[in-house]
Amino acid sequence: MASDMGASYGSTLRYKSVERMKPIGKHSLLGASGEISDLQEILRYLDELILYDNMWDDGNSLGPKEVHSYLTRVMYNRRNKFNPLWNSLVLGGVKNGEKYLGTVSMIGVHFEDNHVATGFGNHLARPILRDEWKEDLSYEDGVKLLEKCMRVLLYRDRSAVNKIQIAKITEEGVSISKPYSLRTFWEFTAFRNPTVGAEGSW
Amino acid sequence: MTKQHANWSPYDNNGGTCVAIAGADYCVIAADTRMSTGYNILTRDYSKICKLADKSLMASSGFQADVRALQKQLSARHLIYQHQHNKQMSCPAMAQLLSNTLYYKRFFPYYAFNVLGGLDTEGKGCVYTYDAVGSYERVGYSAQGSGATLITPFLDNQLKSPSPLLLPAKDAVTPLTEEEAVDLVKVVFASATERDIYTGDKLEIVILNANGIQCELMDLRKD
Repeated sequence: MASDMGASYGSTLRYKSVERMKPIGKHSLLGASGEISDLQEILRYLDELILYDNMWDDGNSLGPKEVHSYLTRVMYNRRNKFNPLWNSLVLGGVKNGEKYLGTVSMIGVHFEDNHVATGFGNHLARPILRDEWKEDLSYEDGVKLLEKCMRVLLYRDRSAVNKIQIAKITEEGVSISKPYSLRTFWEFTAFRNPTVGAEGSW
Repeated sequence: MTKQHANWSPYDNNGGTCVAIAGADYCVIAADTRMSTGYNILTRDYSKICKLADKSLMASSGFQADVRALQKQLSARHLIYQHQHNKQMSCPAMAQLLSNTLYYKRFFPYYAFNVLGGLDTEGKGCVYTYDAVGSYERVGYSAQGSGATLITPFLDNQLKSPSPLLLPAKDAVTPLTEEEAVDLVKVVFASATERDIYTGDKLEIVILNANGIQCELMDLRKD
């Protein structure tokens, strides 16, 4: 899973080091877009969920499927009360060798797929993923593919920042990379003289 | 002084089409597997068909979150029924339950367009068709969802339903064989896919008869 680390407040880039991906329990990874304060609230809910699950101390632990189901109910019920949590969530994980990836929107619309995205990612990244994702993608190739998507988003999404993290989740656990930037190329001729085809533009 | 408008809607239309055809001793329920929002495709592989009981299947299109909530509600109620009565709910009983469940939220409706298909207590195919607030009717065949307007006239033509005004009421169940009905469904979805942008990707067909339940998946155009 990849996400950038920017959090805007309207047109202001307010926060530049926000971790929008968090491990949940032993088997899951949550990524979120939207209202950061609502994400923090969701993390509190999930913290309590995992805590109560651990307190049973029965050797069982909530897997990504269960956490995703919980989140879909939470989001849907808030929507029913006309007070939504303003987030788009991505929930991925591995449990007992079985991988899982799902998403929930702020009104409770949810599904699983081999690749998901939030916000502009649906417009710019999903088409790339539809073309290049395959079942036996290696981790390294997966990272390259995600970086390709994030690069396109960086070029074309006004609110994107060039500081990303990649998170990996396997049976062994979760690891979230240190923040790093993508290499970009701005020397295209069209970028050199951007107004050559539109005199008076800026 | 202009009226204040909400900046978000609790509803969305995730598209899709559902069809069901009742036969003498079978029922065919079909739906596409595309889930969209606006002009985007969210996923190409989402099932809109839910088995509520041994002899009742529901296909629903509309707002996916509401559809899912409705499916969970009905499945839970069926489980309670089984505990209390030690038997499966019949299709006509499930039909009434679905109607009541939908009307319960008359003033904040489930944005779900449902088609219930199954076998009645005599083993004959039955199809019930609904609107979003629970108004329902037993019919020989039905289409709901974004492609319904494209499909229904064609089914009317092919399945030659007797006039509902006739007395005594003539059975609307189709004389087609199971194979012919499945073929008709495939043809009908292929056509709807051509012109309806929300229908496509894959077609999921479920056939319910005395032998049980069979599933079939057919590819549709992905554009």
